[in-house]
Amino acid sequence: MALTPFERRLLTAIEDGLPFVPRPYALIGERVGASEAAVIAGLTGLLERGVIRRLGVVVRHHELGYRANAMTVWDVPDGAVRGAAAVLVGLPFVTLCYRRPRRPPLWPYNLFCMVHGKDRGVVEAQVEEATAAAGLSGLPRAILFSKRRFKQRGARYAPAPAMKETAWTPSTAAS
Amino acid sequence: MTTLSPTARHLIDGFQRGLPLRPRPYAEMADRLGVDEETVLALLARLQAEGVVSRVGAVVEPHAAGWSTLAAMSVPPWALAQIADFVSAYPEVNHNYEREHRLNLWFVVTAPTPEAVRRVLDGIEYRVGVPVLDLPLEEAFRLDLGFALQWH
Repeated sequence: MALTPFERRLLTAIEDGLPFVPRPYALIGERVGASEAAVIAGLTGLLERGVIRRLGVVVRHHELGYRANAMTVWDVPDGAVRGAAAVLVGLPFVTLCYRRPRRPPLWPYNLFCMVHGKDRGVVEAQVEEATAAAGLSGLPRAILFSKRRFKQRGARYAPAPAMKETAWTPSTAAS
Repeated sequence: MTTLSPTARHLIDGFQRGLPLRPRPYAEMADRLGVDEETVLALLARLQAEGVVSRVGAVVEPHAAGWSTLAAMSVPPWALAQIADFVSAYPEVNHNYEREHRLNLWFVVTAPTPEAVRRVLDGIEYRVGVPVLDLPLEEAFRLDLGFALQWH
């Protein structure tokens, strides 16, 4: 999925979202030196190719009462991952499902799914339902509920300015 | 927790994806919600100010426009908040959470290349003095497509 320089500029220009003005694509066009039509065509192409997964309202679930956010992970034999995942993604409360590498001994798990809910007890019951439905009972599992949220925003793809090269100390952390 | 008007709920329910790619997207949203364009613009600005809406924009496939990874660290509870703030200060870090596990700090690093992501992880590992686990996406079974919210 190679991106053109224009597409990169476009993605960078909308990192913080579209402006709340009647013609947002025209305003983005002014920022990237393109017409409104070129911005719309560019975004349409990025959506069709799957570079943009979705274009719309990005909600902060915590603010809407979704405080029970369970990252659930299992250690599933490699050959069984896709079969289990196919069941998990069919469950309405599983919002994300991924395979990631194991990093033994600290981290033996390779199948991740996210369950967001308002009530911890309900989420725990949903995780049990998912475990049983996907045939994962008895496999090593962990449920990592989120606690404090330190940062949440959209990804930035433009090169970031370099950080100052200093050792971490409590005083630099506080600055 | 924020209580939302019916119009705000319909807006969130109807437009987590499929924002119109035509010149006046907010006017089209307004038509579907039965209000006018100014109302939609004011509502979005208010929801953003209240923190309910992060933005109206794109959720990008992580490995299409650059590289990203999920990283995890195990840090002493007494130092967690300070180390978390240090990690959050990196512009490449976009999500950063405490989770209930021995690996108690989880964050997402996004940058133009895998090498640039690696440099951030190495920098954090070096400066904090704690190993950083690098858990890049290997296969996505369900992507972030938004999801239907339960309002009650």
